Amino acid sequence: MNGLSILIPIALLLGLSSLAAFFWAMRTGQFEDLDGAALRILIEDTPEPEEPGRAR
Amino acid sequence: MTAVTAIRPDAALAESLFSVPSLRCAGCIAKVENGLATVEGIAAARVNFTAKRVRIAHDPALDQPRLAAEIERIGFAAEPISSEIARQEAGDSKRLIRAMAVAGFAMMNIMLLSVSVWSGAAGATRDLFHWLSAMIAIPTVAYAGWPFFTSAWTALRHGRTNMDVPISIGVVLATVMSLFETFVSGPHAYFDGAVSLLFFLLVGRVLDSVMRDRARDAVTALLRQTAKGALVLLADGASRWVDAVRIEPGMRMLVASGERLAADGVIEAGRSSFDLSLLTGESAPQPASVGTSVHAGTLNLGAPVTVRVTAAGPDTVIADIARMMDNAAQAKSRYVRIADRAARYYAPAVHTLAFLSFVGWMIAGAGWHQSLMIAVAVLIITCPCALGLAVPAAQIVAAGALGRAGILIKDGSALERLAEVDRALFDKTGTLTLGRPEVREPLAIPEAHWPIALALAQASRHPLAEALRRRLSAEGVTAAELEQIVEHPGEGVEGWFAGRRTWLGRDSAMEGLRDAIGTRLLIEGEEPVTIGFEDRLRSAVPETLERLRGLGIEASILSGDRACAVAPVAKGLGLSAQTSARPEDKLAAIGRYAGAGAKVLMVGDGLNDGPALAAGHVSMAPASASDVGQTAADAVFLGDSFAPVATAIVAARRTMRVVRQNFAIAVGYNVVAVPLAIVGLVTPLIAALAMSGSSLIVIANALRLRGAAR
Repeated sequence: MNGLSILIPIALLLGLSSLAAFFWAMRTGQFEDLDGAALRILIEDTPEPEEPGRAR
Repeated sequence: MTAVTAIRPDAALAESLFSVPSLRCAGCIAKVENGLATVEGIAAARVNFTAKRVRIAHDPALDQPRLAAEIERIGFAAEPISSEIARQEAGDSKRLIRAMAVAGFAMMNIMLLSVSVWSGAAGATRDLFHWLSAMIAIPTVAYAGWPFFTSAWTALRHGRTNMDVPISIGVVLATVMSLFETFVSGPHAYFDGAVSLLFFLLVGRVLDSVMRDRARDAVTALLRQTAKGALVLLADGASRWVDAVRIEPGMRMLVASGERLAADGVIEAGRSSFDLSLLTGESAPQPASVGTSVHAGTLNLGAPVTVRVTAAGPDTVIADIARMMDNAAQAKSRYVRIADRAARYYAPAVHTLAFLSFVGWMIAGAGWHQSLMIAVAVLIITCPCALGLAVPAAQIVAAGALGRAGILIKDGSALERLAEVDRALFDKTGTLTLGRPEVREPLAIPEAHWPIALALAQASRHPLAEALRRRLSAEGVTAAELEQIVEHPGEGVEGWFAGRRTWLGRDSAMEGLRDAIGTRLLIEGEEPVTIGFEDRLRSAVPETLERLRGLGIEASILSGDRACAVAPVAKGLGLSAQTSARPEDKLAAIGRYAGAGAKVLMVGDGLNDGPALAAGHVSMAPASASDVGQTAADAVFLGDSFAPVATAIVAARRTMRVVRQNFAIAVGYNVVAVPLAIVGLVTPLIAALAMSGSSLIVIANALRLRGAAR
């Protein structure tokens, strides 16, 4: 019984936090563009600066 | 990565949404976002790759045509999407998904507690677990059950009943009785049953709603912008772009070649010809000169003209058609979906059963507490969990299969209605035919002159020139090098080849041949050639008609075109035809068939088909259709083939077979489980097993539809 009084709140808290995480993700539009998110990692953040006249 | 450039921070930003169907790769995302970010007045651009859209935050001074032009400059065709459509989309699905998440969370936790009760927890532990379950279940039922409660309440208030009524009563009664059980330290609480019932039903609702959203997204992405505005001449001679809603009678619009009219009017200057096919279904272009009245929605094929606006907004012919559509659509909204039809018999039966078992046990002397618990068990067991999933699960799988085959179904009820069709009416122009001119075979131009013809055709955006270009490009012809190419709008294209004058367009020999669609190729020193064009049939039309006949569906043509244009098509296909039908005639024709008890499938594309599409028992439109056609139709099919019409009906009928099987499964399960519940043998454990078991079987059965569109 003692174990339960600790474990049950922990279980509920974990469940609730994942529910909260899901709600947050929905509100901030994390599921809006699933295909795009996969492609965006391929885009370089800043275009490479052009340095004419310099050999690599 | 959102590209942001500096803009006056105090400026209020406007937001515009564009559909960019040609986005294909990561490079495209970067190109569009970075390209737009450098444009002055644009604060931010964000691509949504899944929906193939760009959202642009910009200075209000930039108008939509400017922004579209900027995207086109980067190399992508773009069409504006009205922000109203975008706003609609957000609502329903998200609310349901949240409810489903809450119900899922609660179900898992309550199940966890219930498992220990079922495994033999007793005394204080069982009471504690019941109390914990109650604390989780009651807020969940209030939150996740809301969509059902509101729907049930609306139905009851109108004196009707639907699936949501037995669901709501079952869930609420189970929760209240379980709470009472918990108070009196009873052995059985149905919190898990009530919550998992809500969860399974919400899965069904979410599927239904997601399917509707997906089809709507696809259709809005297709909607091309017909003139949503016009270039208006101001008093001082300057001109300004004015939105369609702000155009007023008396204004003068400049209508360029290839532009659609935004309002009704009378031509003040210029001569041209107009493509009325979307408005009236007539395939041949109509000549127009000073004094001719022209209508909104028609396409200027020839030279630029100035039009004095006589009617705008709600007074135009288009608006009349829209009103007719609204009236026609009301009849369709009275259609009762199969799940609700089932509920009409199901709900009273369930309530009677539960009530009778309560009364029976009372008479048998079981005491009101035990009798009530048994009645609740009956309600929980009979709650249409499998029924609630049966319809949407089958429909979303079928709609997905059809979507992959290029047929977009707008909602589940469209599939139900499609399966019932026994009569089909087809518009001609743009529906049975492609609705665009194609070069008549065999090609009249001698092969030696193909390069010259291609070079001239490339210089113009006239539909006939584009058709010729498509035809010649398909042969792999390379354009000849011509000098001094000049397009004379509405007349033709002129160029010089090795010192000889060449001309592609109309000439004096063609005057008086109003009906023939054709153009002439003149090369100095050679015999002039007349190139014929025709509006060709879609591919697979005869095969499709054959399949429809096999399905027991009789077909005929209902066209706005003149008899002489319809006759060859009708004869070739062996169909009867009604010609020169105005929108109200088409409505009347459908009314006649419906009055005789037929379930009419209307397939059409034009504005003039709008009311008929809305009035038909079910309707389809090709993706090349007008906005109005696509909006009014229940399904839209892509591509140049006519085959999807038959494919959709076959798939819809298969779907309904699976739905009926699902119903049979659900009923069969009740036949076994209900007697157990009435006898009082059902415990919460059995209820939970039966409920999830039947739901899984129904979903598995629905998955068989994945290949339905093949």
